[in-house]
Amino acid sequence: MEYFNIFIKSIFIDNMIFAFFLGMCSYLAVSKTVKTSLGLGVAVTFVLLITVPINYLLDKYILQPGALAWVSPSLADVDLSFLSLILFIAVIAAIVQMVEMVVEKFSPSLYNALGIFLPLIAVNCAIMGGSLFMQQRGYANIGEVTCFALGSGIGWLIAIVGIAAIREKLRYSAIPPALKGVGITFIITGLMGIAFMSFMGIKL
Amino acid sequence: MNSNRKKLIVNPLSKDNPITVQVLGICSCLAVTAQLKPAVVMAISVTVVIALSNLIISLLRNTIPPRIRIIVQLVVVSALVILVNQILMAFVYDVSKQLSVYVGLIITNCIVMGRLEAFAMTNKPFDSLLDGVGNGLGYGIILVILGFVRELFGSGSLWGYPIFEKLGLYNIGYENNGFIIMAPMALILVGIIIWIQRSRNEA
Repeated sequence: MEYFNIFIKSIFIDNMIFAFFLGMCSYLAVSKTVKTSLGLGVAVTFVLLITVPINYLLDKYILQPGALAWVSPSLADVDLSFLSLILFIAVIAAIVQMVEMVVEKFSPSLYNALGIFLPLIAVNCAIMGGSLFMQQRGYANIGEVTCFALGSGIGWLIAIVGIAAIREKLRYSAIPPALKGVGITFIITGLMGIAFMSFMGIKL
Repeated sequence: MNSNRKKLIVNPLSKDNPITVQVLGICSCLAVTAQLKPAVVMAISVTVVIALSNLIISLLRNTIPPRIRIIVQLVVVSALVILVNQILMAFVYDVSKQLSVYVGLIITNCIVMGRLEAFAMTNKPFDSLLDGVGNGLGYGIILVILGFVRELFGSGSLWGYPIFEKLGLYNIGYENNGFIIMAPMALILVGIIIWIQRSRNEA
């Protein structure tokens, strides 16, 4: 039940876009059509699902204060947590690269669908943010972390597909010229955020 | 200072602003601006990171093999961000707690990577440093405007000083607009700033 709770919470309440503004850059740049934004959303979910648990293990067995005690007791008071930023980003960049190669080899059709988005994801703040939030919130075990990663990814996917659908319709509306494009997208995202605020306080 | 170099500093402030015109680095700009103080600290940190990473990458630009340049850039940026993070934790611990993950997220801030790719890889060190400072300030201006508006109307204070209470506005029936501190209003405010700026620049 705890797993399901974390999952729902990270989709609706702690939504990456509406509550924490993570991954806004690609959210604004790639949300012109539903099809491409769906591709990017799936890619982000996929990469989050892989990198966050790996970074969790790294954090637990290498970075945390005293985490190195399993190597030898003399290392029990070593604190490497200041290295977490550089290690997380290295893991993310490497995994993105590896995922790209694996997907290209085993599933060319998926590769063609995700193709251009995968390299972009290495510098998407949603991915890095996922790892940092995982570290900050102190989830109890790897199952919870996986649920959190999956939920965050799906939350991001819902947000970007939603805004893309609205922007497709928006083309036919009369918007003040200076507000066209980015300006109106911000305001609509804000309105969507208000809608998502109504999920606040849900607990399963 | 000749006019080209001046442009490097002045252009990003309004005409070529990283947030409102290039639409980069939005994440942190929205998340840290509920109050003025974290916004200013964040603006300074980002300016320092952009300027120094621009300088370092520009010094290295002829020795970095193009194939691995992203990794090299990430390493340089994250080393700088770790420094900034440690300094913040040492000297302004409360602000560093408020900024939480967003200091770490300077690494993936699109402005930093964007300036490295677009400017520092092809220009001389001093120009790159100026470009970094200019873009950092352009980012900072928007952060300060947002932080000012959101703290003033959201919690009726500035830099933690309860300005509206001292003015006695609450006694004549004024209420804080608590909604303005929340996430969605930040997005709408940025939308409005973009609107004002674009119609001014086009006119």
